[in-house]
Amino acid sequence: MAFTAFSSQAAVEQAPRKRSFIALVLLLPGIAYLLLFFLAPLISLVITSFQAPDLYGDIGDYVTAFRWENYTDAIGEYWPLILRAFGFAVVATVLALVISYPIAYFIGVKARRWPLLQSLMLTLVIAPFFISFLLRTLAWKQIMSDEGPIVQFLKSVAILPSDGHLTGTTFSVIFGLTYNFIPFMTLPLYATLERLDVRYLEAGADLYASPWTTFRKVTIPLSMPGIVSGTLLTFIPAAGDYINASRDFLGSTSTAMVGNAIEANFLVLQNYPAAAALSIVLMAVILVIVGLYVRRAGTEDLI
Amino acid sequence: MAASTASFAESGADLELVGITKRFPGFTAIESLDLSIPAGSFFALLGPSGCGKTTTLRLVAGLEEPTAGQILIGGKDVTDTKPFQRPVNTVFQSYALFPHMTILENVAFGLRRRKLPDPVGKAHEALKLVELDHLASRRPAQLSGGQQQRVALARAIVNRPALLLLDEPLGALDLKLRRQMQLELKTIQTEVGLTFLHVTHDQEEAMTMADTVAVMNKGKIEQMGAPEQLYELPRTAFVANFLGQSNLFTGPVVSSTADAITVDVAGVPIVVPRTRAQRHAGEVAIGVRPEKLTLFTEAPAPAAGRNILGPGRVTDVSFSGVSTQYLIEVPGIGELVVFAQNMVFGPVATVGTEAWVSWNADHGFGLDDDPVDIPRSVLSPVGPGDSTESIAIQRRIALEEELEQA
Ligand SMILES: Nc1ncnc2c1ncn2[C@@H]1O[C@H](COP(=O)(O)OP(=O)(O)O)[C@@H](O)[C@H]1O
Ligand SMILES: [Mg+2]
Repeated sequence: MAFTAFSSQAAVEQAPRKRSFIALVLLLPGIAYLLLFFLAPLISLVITSFQAPDLYGDIGDYVTAFRWENYTDAIGEYWPLILRAFGFAVVATVLALVISYPIAYFIGVKARRWPLLQSLMLTLVIAPFFISFLLRTLAWKQIMSDEGPIVQFLKSVAILPSDGHLTGTTFSVIFGLTYNFIPFMTLPLYATLERLDVRYLEAGADLYASPWTTFRKVTIPLSMPGIVSGTLLTFIPAAGDYINASRDFLGSTSTAMVGNAIEANFLVLQNYPAAAALSIVLMAVILVIVGLYVRRAGTEDLI
Repeated sequence: MAASTASFAESGADLELVGITKRFPGFTAIESLDLSIPAGSFFALLGPSGCGKTTTLRLVAGLEEPTAGQILIGGKDVTDTKPFQRPVNTVFQSYALFPHMTILENVAFGLRRRKLPDPVGKAHEALKLVELDHLASRRPAQLSGGQQQRVALARAIVNRPALLLLDEPLGALDLKLRRQMQLELKTIQTEVGLTFLHVTHDQEEAMTMADTVAVMNKGKIEQMGAPEQLYELPRTAFVANFLGQSNLFTGPVVSSTADAITVDVAGVPIVVPRTRAQRHAGEVAIGVRPEKLTLFTEAPAPAAGRNILGPGRVTDVSFSGVSTQYLIEVPGIGELVVFAQNMVFGPVATVGTEAWVSWNADHGFGLDDDPVDIPRSVLSPVGPGDSTESIAIQRRIALEEELEQA
């Protein structure tokens, strides 16, 4: 399964197996939880996604059927939003990685000598979590609003045309995604880099590798577990996000992502089968992308 | 990258450290160190743990910046160059093999960085040299400590650096493999003519392998020279006891001639050749090696050119096959150690026996230390059998013979 990437790369030898009653008992709550809160809703979602409108009922009444057209209809109507969701998520993930890596490297490697600074900076990284996700996103909407200082400034130096906006643009949505998910990138990166043995870097330097080459050939491969978990933890929620791209926050109709379509179908249009079908599509695409990614990152060395 | 590093070194380069000082916050690891290692030599830096050996190597490799002083390799000042620009490779004490690469890629790493032709072939050759070619496709984590150490050796040697730094490179090997690797290293060094700077706390290893040994203590070089010379004529109490064992005495110089000085040791006149004594007047410390002493159970007749101490009592006898170690307590002087070759069957003396010791005056040595600076514990060298140390010289001779045959 995909998440083997989170465990250490070396194939650890299996301990001799013993049938343990206690282990089974300990696993029971977890298994029950998965059955109740993951498998059951999933099955319900799959069933919903094939439902057909109740010919004799109200709007929003559906009967169990095998209406696979729900999928083709949903994809046919929303494929630009699906593509946009993954496009935005990829860009936001890459940006988060590029911004987080130096921060994580500084906290995890350079600041080792000053544990106090390390803790302080880590606190700063997670500090945004202390304030509601919605509030923070709304705050950004305010900051980037047409009357806000940023737009005013950009207009005064003619980077932004006089009728230009920041909110509701691709820029603001990707900005919001990056901003909101950056801690999910920084923390796993930090966790890996914090354990990075700098003696490997010295060995690289000793073997004629310039700092840049050492970074490419030694540091990056050794921090791969952090990169993989960080990108997954950023990419997956970003692809399904519907807050940042929502018209009420940083987006507009022209920046809607698949999450917004699902939200609209569930809550506004009451087209539950379409929403369910879109959810399944989103999940399937994420699974395929993540599976391919982890396989490549896990088996090859990405050198 | 400098063109000079883009090929194998034709031969070793000489290394010169000029007035190197290294201070860490609140701690001076190395104090104005001067060191000159001629090209093509096998130089051992010997000292106890924590004396600054690793720091010295790191300074030469460029992994640490000196607080003061200069480092010259092959006559060129490299003090301000980065590690990757120096024609130097290190076998790290911790191996530092890249865990994400195969053994082969580890060994080929340096060759690839310098864009040398056929890195894979050369890496295989180096691995054959350390007898690990069959493990080329494994990862470091799948190797034992000793195997990793040999890979670390191969990874450094494959680059044929003008100067190879070895930080306790044989520490994790068992005795047999260690001897084999000692021979191997020596062979590589002589064949290729590289300069080796070998750091160790194992005096036997230093003595058997190196052309020149520098004994380091607390960030300073106490004495430097050929192993035999260091052993036969230690200049300080530290060297006298770090390299094998010594019996040390103190006392004032009471008379001196053109050839010798006479020291009054608790009332007994002890003669030391003038050329073998560092100080010729005042309070001095002198010594003699335990195997140079002869044990008597009856008072020996005084003879010209021999020093005699006694009577004392044998307090301990320990038999170690080739030789027997006796501890003899001489009133007013302290405990003496005697190594006696087992020429006869059974010990010559038993515990409690009255005993005298004598030695050829030519075998004594006079130290440079001020006697008050020598710790008491060193002056009466007790402690159970480190007798193996004194046969290091013999081992070295044996090793040299082995090398000639190889
Ligand atoms: N980075 C450092 N900061 C502070 N002290 C250090 C550092 N590196 C080494 N030392 C100190 O310098 C001394 C010499 O260390 P080292 O060169 O590793 O000794 P050796 O290799 O001879 O055992 C030790 O006392 C050690 O604690
Ligand atoms: Mg060391």
